[in-house]
Amino acid sequence: MSGRETVEPETTGARARHAGAVTRHPSPKEYVRIAIILAVITALEVVVYYIDAVRDLLIPLLFLFSLIKFTLVVLWFMHLKFDSRTYARFFVLGFAGAITLYLIVLLTFRVFGG
Amino acid sequence: MAQLGRSMDVHVVESEHERTSTGLPHLKLAMWLFLASDCLLFGALISTYVLYRGASRVGPYPAEVFDIPYTSVSSFVLLASSLTMVLALAAIQRGDQGQLRVWLLATAMLGTTFVGGQVFEFTTFADEGLTLTTNLFSTTFYVLTGFHGTHVVVGILMLLTVLALSFAGRLPPERAMTVELVGLYWHFVDIVWIVIFTVVYLIPTGTPGGAQ
Repeated sequence: MSGRETVEPETTGARARHAGAVTRHPSPKEYVRIAIILAVITALEVVVYYIDAVRDLLIPLLFLFSLIKFTLVVLWFMHLKFDSRTYARFFVLGFAGAITLYLIVLLTFRVFGG
Repeated sequence: MAQLGRSMDVHVVESEHERTSTGLPHLKLAMWLFLASDCLLFGALISTYVLYRGASRVGPYPAEVFDIPYTSVSSFVLLASSLTMVLALAAIQRGDQGQLRVWLLATAMLGTTFVGGQVFEFTTFADEGLTLTTNLFSTTFYVLTGFHGTHVVVGILMLLTVLALSFAGRLPPERAMTVELVGLYWHFVDIVWIVIFTVVYLIPTGTPGGAQ
């Protein structure tokens, strides 16, 4: 099995004990693979920016690329894929809050504003 | 007690004496909570930038000042720093202090390179007449990227502190979480830049001075 194992406290909600559930960490090779993918996507973003033929699709493509990069970093580099779901809940709460704030601001001033 | 077989590539077991109601380390939970709150900060700043996009009545305008190839290199630098950061964490988890120091230093240097690039970019913009109060674009741009840059600087200080702890022999593998916490903060700074690079630099603004 690739990757490494570490021991973190119990995540079941039971009282914490000295050693608990095992979580997996990716190996350095996996991290390098993810980094290469991120670099390639960044390069694609720049290339797409300069191609006139896809100008109409530029914004959706850029958002898609950003979303992929964002997800890769959060899931692998920040270990959310391998860690307790509680951490993910906290982060998603903040992220959802930011998106909501973004939408409220834009809707308030762009759609209903004078 | 978790079973650790000989065939597995096994970490040093993290000594966890902390008793928590969630079963999760307080510090790690606190860091994620902080990052969640920081999402709201950058959400507000990015919203403000997007809100005033294309609304400047006077230049310079984004298309006149942005150097996409230059900023792309900055993006690659910050992405590379995320890799070195996670390699530093992997190093301390397997007890390799030498590699830990190498990767921490690499991360700090890449972060410094990024900040240096931002400073150069800002001074170039200022020379072209784009200062903090020039127009709506400049104000929202400088505040957003300035806050991000400040976060990077704080991250660099954290990295250097952890590096100093390592050299002082005060960072054994059992304290890998210290590096992990710094890593979480650093990766967050990176993902914020992923959004900023796309929203601010790559997405076209439209007609200068006109509505989007």
